[in-house]
This record gives sequence, structure tokens and C-alpha cells, in this order.
Amino acid sequence: MIWIDTVIQGVLLGGLYALFASGLSLVFGIMRLVNLAHGDLIVMGAYLILVLVTLLGLSPFVAVLIAMPMMFAVGWLLQKFLLNRTLGDDILPPLLVTFGLSIALQNALLEGFSADSQRLPTNALTTASVDVGPITLGVMPLLTFGSAVLVIVALNQLFYRTELGRAFRATSDDATTASLMGIKPGNIFATATGIALVIVTIAALYLGLRANFDPNIGPARLIYAFEAVIIGGLGSLWGTLLGGIIIGVAQTVGAAINPEWQILAGHVAFLAVLLIRPRGLFPRVND
Amino acid sequence: MAYTVTTQTRASRITTALGAVLIVVLFALPFFAGRGTIQDMFFILTMLVLAQFWNLLAGYGGLVSIGQQAFVGMGAYALFGGVILWGLDPVPAILLAGAAALVIAVPTAFFAFRLNGAYFAIGTWVIAEVFRLLVAQWKTLGGGTGTSLPRDATRDMWFVELIKEALDVRSAAARDILAYWLALVLALVTIGGIYWLLRTRRGLALAAVRDNTEAAKSVGVDAGRMKWIVFLTSAFGTGLAGGLIYMQKARISPDAAFSVTDWTAYVIFIVVIGGIGTIEGPIIGVLVFFLLQSLLADFGSWYLLTLGVLAIAIMLVAPRGLWGLLSERTGLHLFPIRRRLIGGRLTSSEE
Repeated sequence: MIWIDTVIQGVLLGGLYALFASGLSLVFGIMRLVNLAHGDLIVMGAYLILVLVTLLGLSPFVAVLIAMPMMFAVGWLLQKFLLNRTLGDDILPPLLVTFGLSIALQNALLEGFSADSQRLPTNALTTASVDVGPITLGVMPLLTFGSAVLVIVALNQLFYRTELGRAFRATSDDATTASLMGIKPGNIFATATGIALVIVTIAALYLGLRANFDPNIGPARLIYAFEAVIIGGLGSLWGTLLGGIIIGVAQTVGAAINPEWQILAGHVAFLAVLLIRPRGLFPRVND
Repeated sequence: MAYTVTTQTRASRITTALGAVLIVVLFALPFFAGRGTIQDMFFILTMLVLAQFWNLLAGYGGLVSIGQQAFVGMGAYALFGGVILWGLDPVPAILLAGAAALVIAVPTAFFAFRLNGAYFAIGTWVIAEVFRLLVAQWKTLGGGTGTSLPRDATRDMWFVELIKEALDVRSAAARDILAYWLALVLALVTIGGIYWLLRTRRGLALAAVRDNTEAAKSVGVDAGRMKWIVFLTSAFGTGLAGGLIYMQKARISPDAAFSVTDWTAYVIFIVVIGGIGTIEGPIIGVLVFFLLQSLLADFGSWYLLTLGVLAIAIMLVAPRGLWGLLSERTGLHLFPIRRRLIGGRLTSSEE
């Protein structure tokens, strides 16, 4: 019974990792850009929510609604004025610029908020749990997982049902031809990064509600997100969810055997998938 | 009239002459400089070695790794393991450090080469994390909290007694001088070795793969093999540097030895600021880096913030770094690798 419990907790934890990963997956899918500052942007989102909660006395769930458009603007500006200038055939500029951004952001947060651990204020809802048969599930992990599924459904709808989604797909396939049809790739990329940062904000809410955070935890979140994306296969959002679940389950099972093995088990699962299926579990057909 | 193919320029001949003088001065430094200077120079030289190897990997091989700390850490731990478990002397154990890095580089490359471009970068980082977590389980070497080199091992280290008597210094200073000389030798061999490699046929193949993989393959360059050679070479060199750095520190912990900031972020900034894809770049970069560190040392995280912003600015404004700016304006190459035709007329056909 305890094993079933462990696995289910792992699946729910996977929802959080899928939330971390969806933004990364979206940006990569559209502009082949890997944002090494992704993890630090999640942490920045968590601090933004914390500031709104502290200053305005709001509930974190309300604060996140204010934080989302702000983070959208950050992402839009970041892409339009910084990252768009690094796109091209050479892989070095985007990697090195986002790496520089990651280090700069981490240290800016450190300067602004010190290295102390922070946490978003919890209430009855965040500590509540429901009994499902013999297993007790936390409401928070369930909410996280539900949000992850919702985000992925919403993104898929956006991609395949809207004009913006069509522009995304067209630009992803061939930016030059898309621009002949009146699409401005620069703006499309900026919008995509903006949306990615809205997802980052949702991820940041659950990160801050479930555990402590400090300015240095960004890179580890980037690594989990990256592992989920690779396991799922590039460009597949449902694959990313599955990737997150695999990392989550590996971590909780590893931790159940020996607490020191939690993180290691996640990495080992990633390497195992890389060994067996180098292109991930659901690779996009043409890429 | 006969042709000669040469890579030499007047600047490179002057460099050779000045370089020879500089090398003599650097070797003689412990005879007239204080301990603080020697320690600073040790830091500069070891960072230069790490930067040269990362530059070989990313600038010439096109393999952007964020996992070089795996080789620094593994090299350092191999040195500590050799000294503590097998009773080796720390000086020859530096070779063990290089060997250990080489050994783990094989499976690392096997996994990381399955990923391309940016994914290769994060992949190497994940693998470095795996090694950090594994080493933290190694209880005989202190587990997660780390350990120190035993006192008698550092006291009886090779050459220390000799240096103590020759320079009339205390044994702690003698150890620093020994580490400095080893770092100087390592840095010279690294720069000389990389320069030599780039001028051989392999170096030409490497440049071809970097500029256009498909075109290089079509003229018979084995691109996959070049990647392996570059990856293993820089792992070995990085491991040696890691062993040497921790021989001097004499105290190790997994978090410090596998630190992504200390052994990869700094190194990337050095190369990017100085100029990626050149031998001169890391040399300029490490000097700028050291200067900035001395100036901003008291400002804590502002220092790293500045470095990050500076690296972004350089990448956007001058992607070839400070040295790139300089050599574009002046045509100066201190370590030329371009083959040029000297003498003769290009149009005539001669025997």
C-alpha cells in the first residue's frame, strides 16, 4: 500500500515538473531557443507573487492573477529586445546570453531578497487533504496536477484552434515564408515567450505554496524541466507531462528507499530514457 | 621563385620572443614576489587552463558544455582518494586526477553526444550533478561534508623540502610556490599543446567541422571522431587543473568541487569576455576577470551580477570578445593558425 501511495505522490509531483517544463517546451518548439534562465524566471515569479502578497495583503491565488500580466510583459520585452537579437544559425549567442541572464538574475534576487528561504503564506486550503480509499491525497498536489493538465489542454487549444496558434506553427516551420504572409516573427516570438512566462507564474505559485524557495534554487528547476521535456520528446506537450511524471515518480520512489537518493533517482531515470530512447518517448515526426 | 606555406607573422615572431622573456620572468617570480602574489597568480593560471580547455570545447569544437565542473570535481576527488586511500604523494596524484576525469568523460560523452546544441549543454550539467550526488555518497571521503588532505601528506609532499631550503620560506609558502610552478607548467603545456593541435591536420579538420559540419564530412573529415578527441582532451586537462587546484586548497567538499559557478560560469565568462574561438581570448579574459574580481570583491553578489550583464553585452555587441575587437581593427594574431602563402606569384605554374 505504501508503494502505491509513493507512486501516486510521485505522479502528482510530476504535475509540478510538467508546469516547470511547459514554458520551456513552448519556447523551444516555436523558436528553437533553450532559455537557461528558465529556472531563475520561475523563482523570480515566486518572489513577485510574494511581494504582491506582502504589499497588498492578497491571497496568493489572487496575487498570481496580477502577476501573470506583469510576467507576460517581462517575457515579451525580454524576447523582443534581448533574445530575438541572439537567434540565428549559431547556437552560442542564445546559450551564452541566457546563461549570463541566469547568473545575473540569481544574483539580483540575492541582492534584493537575501539568501533566506521564503514561502508563500498558506491557509486551510493549502494544508487540506482528501481521503481516497486508504490513500490520503493533499489538495495542493491535486491542484498542481490539475493545473498542469489544464495548462497543457489550453496550450494545445491555442496551438490548433486559434489564429495566433496558426501563426506560431507557421513561424516555427518557416519564419521567412511566414513573414511573407504578413506575420512578424519577432512579435510572434515575443508573444510566445510572454505566454511561457505566464505559465512560469503558475508554476511559481505552486512552487512557493508547496515548499521553501530562495534565489539559488532556479538552476535545479531548470534541470527538472529540461529532463521532463527530453523524456517526453521535443515538441510534444503531453509527452512533457509524462516526462514530468516519470521524474516525479523516480524521485519519490528513490526518496522512499533512501532520502539521499531522491534527486539522484530522477537524474538516473532521465539518463535511462536517454539511453533507450535518445529522442524521447513521443518525438515529433519531422524534426 | 619558391613558395613557402607558413602560419607565422611578424607579430607571432615578436610574441615568441616576448613570450620567452615572460616565461622566464614567471618562473623566477617566487624569488622576488610575496606569497599573496603567488596565490593570485596560481588562481589566474588555473582559471586560464580551465578557460583554454572550455574554449577548445566550445570555441573550436562547437560543444558548449555547462558540465566542466564534473571533471574538476572528479579530478580533485581522485587526487584526494589517491592520497588518503592509497597513500600516494599529492604531486604524482595530479596525474591520477587527469586520468579519473578521462575515465568519467567516456560515459559522459556517450550520453551527452545523444543531445544536440543547447540540449547538449544542459545534458552535461545533469551528468555533472549526477557525479556530485554520487561523490556525496562516498563516505570514506567525507560524504556530503567533505574532507581535508592529511597533514603528513601535505608536509612530506615532493619538492617542498627542496623549495623551502632553496628559497628560505616556511613550508606553507613552499607548498604555494610548488603549486604555482606546477600551474605555470600546466598553463604553458596547455597553450602550447592547443596551439600545436590547431596547427596540425586534426586542427584543420576541427576548424572545418566547426565552420560547416556537412561540408567537412563531405571532404572526408570524421566529425564524430573530432568531437570525441576534443571532449576527451579537455576533460583530461580540466581534471588535471581540478586536481592541482584542490591540492593547493587541501580541503574538499562535493558542493565546492562540483560548483557550476566556480568552475563553469566563471570560465564561460572569461572566454566570452576575452574572445571565444581564439587562444588569445582566454588570456585577455582571465586578466579582465581577475581585475574585476579585485575591484568588486567587496560587493558580494553585485560582482556576479556585473559579470553576467557584461557577458550578455559582449555577446550582443561584440560576439568575438575583446580580443576579437582588437584583432579585427589591427589584424593582429599572436597565435596565428591560418596558413598563408609566402613568395612566388599566385598565377604562375612552377615545378
